[in-house]
Amino acid sequence: MPLSTHRRAFFRGMRDGAPFLIVIVPFGMLFGVVAREAGWDMAQILGMSVLVIAGASQFTALQLMQDHAPTFIVILTATVVNLRHAMYSASLAPHLGPLPLWKRALVAYALVDQTYGSAMHRYALAPGLSPAEKAAVFFGCATQTCIVWYAATVAGALLGSGLPPALALDFAVPIAFIAIFAPALRSLPHLAAALVSVVVALLLASLPYGLGLIAAAMLAMLAGAAVELALERRRP
Amino acid sequence: MSQIWIVILGLGLTTFLLRFSFLGLIGDRELPAWALRLLRYVPVAVMPGLVAPLVVWPAATGGEADPARLVAAAVALGVGAWTRSVLGAILGGMGALYLMLWTIG
Repeated sequence: MPLSTHRRAFFRGMRDGAPFLIVIVPFGMLFGVVAREAGWDMAQILGMSVLVIAGASQFTALQLMQDHAPTFIVILTATVVNLRHAMYSASLAPHLGPLPLWKRALVAYALVDQTYGSAMHRYALAPGLSPAEKAAVFFGCATQTCIVWYAATVAGALLGSGLPPALALDFAVPIAFIAIFAPALRSLPHLAAALVSVVVALLLASLPYGLGLIAAAMLAMLAGAAVELALERRRP
Repeated sequence: MSQIWIVILGLGLTTFLLRFSFLGLIGDRELPAWALRLLRYVPVAVMPGLVAPLVVWPAATGGEADPARLVAAAVALGVGAWTRSVLGAILGGMGALYLMLWTIG
């Protein structure tokens, strides 16, 4: 492939992904701030943002460790939060499947909500792109997304200990989580799942932390799927 | 090794494997319909349950329900669901929290 086409696709990806940086910067900073407050050192904070790159699960792990959950439960629960990435992987496979394995591994490393959403949007608009061009689009978006994510985390960690308690940052984590899932409450099955999750989690809150949440998540997934099936059956 | 590093490495590995799963094993093969149906609800199944106890029994007040934090959570939820904007929900929620803390103390 000519270099210029490749380069154009890469910059296209960067432009496509730029609006998401508005979300990534405050979210990354928040993780840095909260982890710093929890007593993590800079290597641990940056290490997690580089090796995991998944804000919601990073906050989950942090929160569960604050609650003294056992290591296995922390990893399991935070992994469940990331199950959606397997769906992203499945839906990108038809586009990027022909690439060499090392490139697919790189895509997998940087496969987050923003890079996935942005790339799929472009693939839908430009179905004629070759797999290599599609990869360039993805990497254009992913490169800047990852670098900004690391930088925002570090900035938050540096800021962390200097912030006054009046900012009530204890509550920034719950607010950030609500902000992630609220836009997804777009249908009756989604609402049912969220409601079951809340009720079961509160009822089972006295169980050793993590177990109640795992039960709540499983029942909520079943509730969402059941309501979806029921609605489908009712339709003529 | 500290628990923090074990979690970072463990979670890094499981998350990568989830992301690599289909891309790595190839291909155009699709997940079975029942699995897709369940996976669709993962975000709204996990996060509300994680947040609910933090909202109802916040650590900052020693586990006492706190009107300011309840209102802030409701505003974040409402703004997020209504506008579909992550940033809007964060700003709305934190704004409501500061307003409540400032007015009712």
